[in-house]
Amino acid sequence: MEQLSDPGLYDYLPFDRRPAIRWPNDARIAVWIAPNIEFYEFEPPENPKRKPWARPLPDVLAYSYRDYGNRVGMQRMMDAMDRTGFRGSVSLNVALADHHPEIIEEAARRNWEFYSHGVYNTRYCYELTEEQERKLIEDSIETIRKHTGQKLAGWLAPALSSNIWTTDLLAEYGLLYTCDHFHDDQPMPVNVRKGRLLSMPYSLEMNDIIVYNGSLYPPRHYGEMIKRQFDQLYRDGERSGTVMCIPLHPFLVGQPHRIDSFEEALRHIAGHDKVWLATGREIAEYYFEHHYETMSAAIRDFAAEGRGA
Amino acid sequence: MPVSDDYFVYPKRGYGMDHERYAWSNLFERGPVALPGNARVALWVTPLLEWFPLNSPAKPFVAPGGLSMPYPDFRHYTNRDYGNRVGIFRIVELLRELSVKGSAFLNGAIAERYPYVVRHLVDAGFEIAGHGLDMGHVHHGGLSEADEAALVERALGLLRSVSGQEVRGWLSPGRAQSYLTPEILVRNDIAYCCDWANDDMPFEMKTKDGDLLAMPYAYETDDRVCLHDYHHTDADWLVQSKDRFDCLYREAAERGGRVMSIPLHAWVMGVPYRLGYVRELLEYILSHEGLWVATGAEIADLVRRQP
Repeated sequence: MEQLSDPGLYDYLPFDRRPAIRWPNDARIAVWIAPNIEFYEFEPPENPKRKPWARPLPDVLAYSYRDYGNRVGMQRMMDAMDRTGFRGSVSLNVALADHHPEIIEEAARRNWEFYSHGVYNTRYCYELTEEQERKLIEDSIETIRKHTGQKLAGWLAPALSSNIWTTDLLAEYGLLYTCDHFHDDQPMPVNVRKGRLLSMPYSLEMNDIIVYNGSLYPPRHYGEMIKRQFDQLYRDGERSGTVMCIPLHPFLVGQPHRIDSFEEALRHIAGHDKVWLATGREIAEYYFEHHYETMSAAIRDFAAEGRGA
Repeated sequence: MPVSDDYFVYPKRGYGMDHERYAWSNLFERGPVALPGNARVALWVTPLLEWFPLNSPAKPFVAPGGLSMPYPDFRHYTNRDYGNRVGIFRIVELLRELSVKGSAFLNGAIAERYPYVVRHLVDAGFEIAGHGLDMGHVHHGGLSEADEAALVERALGLLRSVSGQEVRGWLSPGRAQSYLTPEILVRNDIAYCCDWANDDMPFEMKTKDGDLLAMPYAYETDDRVCLHDYHHTDADWLVQSKDRFDCLYREAAERGGRVMSIPLHAWVMGVPYRLGYVRELLEYILSHEGLWVATGAEIADLVRRQP
């Protein structure tokens, strides 16, 4: 397949040329937490583009490091979120609902949202056909409906492995938002073949796995980053509502040497007024109802005037 | 290259784990573990002594801390061996002063090459535990069962004969295993193994030859992981280790005993400027009530006696 320099995922609309976003109750910022609740396979099949484990099978260290999240870290993460009043929007490897239904029950009991992060985190979308990727989406819709009664609204590609058409399919299946694009601090329309779809601010910068295992920052620094990210977006949100996402992995943030500085950061956020502690679905639904049309019109106007030339 | 439709077949997609090694369970749903004297935290100090052969193979992977320069990589070979000659004596002296014992994990090659240090650890009251034959012999799926069994037998034979101890604990080099490592360990009278990083408390693993206790051995506050893999400072290792202890200590008040392991690679933490951080951590932990200073074998025995 031909590789494109710009697939036209979205249109350019500069930060200072947008109609103001207003959130419910005059909130300046919508904060949502996206725990990635994942299942990595002990013996995953091969994919032509990515090797699941670095060492020869069985890679017990890499596997068990992640299994820690489901056995231990989950509870600490949930407790910290409960104590500070946050719900989660679960980025779910949907097979986990079959393996560990108890975790799904605990999250559902707290009114958390479930959206899809593929079937397993060791099954990538690389080299799939469009028809094959439909199977993944249909599996996700059905598994989440069966275990939680929820209608699937959001998507984060398994291990961030997207295809060029993925957003088109998501819109076709009636999903509301994708988390795979990192170009903005506000929800923005995604250009799809048919229907409509939002790009929901997720974040690589705030993602614990990027911070701890990519940037290799110490745990307490992560707490500082969260606070500073919030403070700036809160300030920006006075003019036009912003979105802050905190993507998590219970196998990382749920470690005993990390959980306290994380909880302290959540307490900092929760200590402010005019903060909307939301789920991804709630933000998307509100935006579609109140802002999608005006933002789309602003995008068209900006293009018509020659993109600010 | 297209992906076949088999990619959407999930033979292990069902309740529990996708392998037979252990049952799925949530730590916080399990019954509390009672520690002796109503202690809250079992303090388990675990020095490591490692030897990295100069001709260590690069395949199938290099053990963490392994040689990475063209042969002869004197730089890393000698730096790692520093721990066996100098660093460990500094660590043992500190632990003696603080009246802290623990479990020392040794490559079998240490007993062969440096029996003096093994006796030194035994005299200081340490449990001797196995840590493979040497850091050039990693366990992996490509080893034949006979070859892997020979590695384990040789390592344990050396450690048992030199230490005079039973040697019931095990940590594989790089925490790497084959599909059969747990069986081979059980057949060689190993009671507990520290390779898997999925829990904060001991739990039973199934093997075809009997049970093997999985022991919680800190992964990310392991000194080598924290300093060498993550490039954090020693000062930050101290902060994280204290934070880890604080969380476990607090949790233990409601959830039952917790195990706090402190891996100390002799070649990492035995360096002069780092020892002060080890002292500071231990003095901080020891300032708390409700500690049980234990060896791995003592923790394993205690857990196995409880329902």
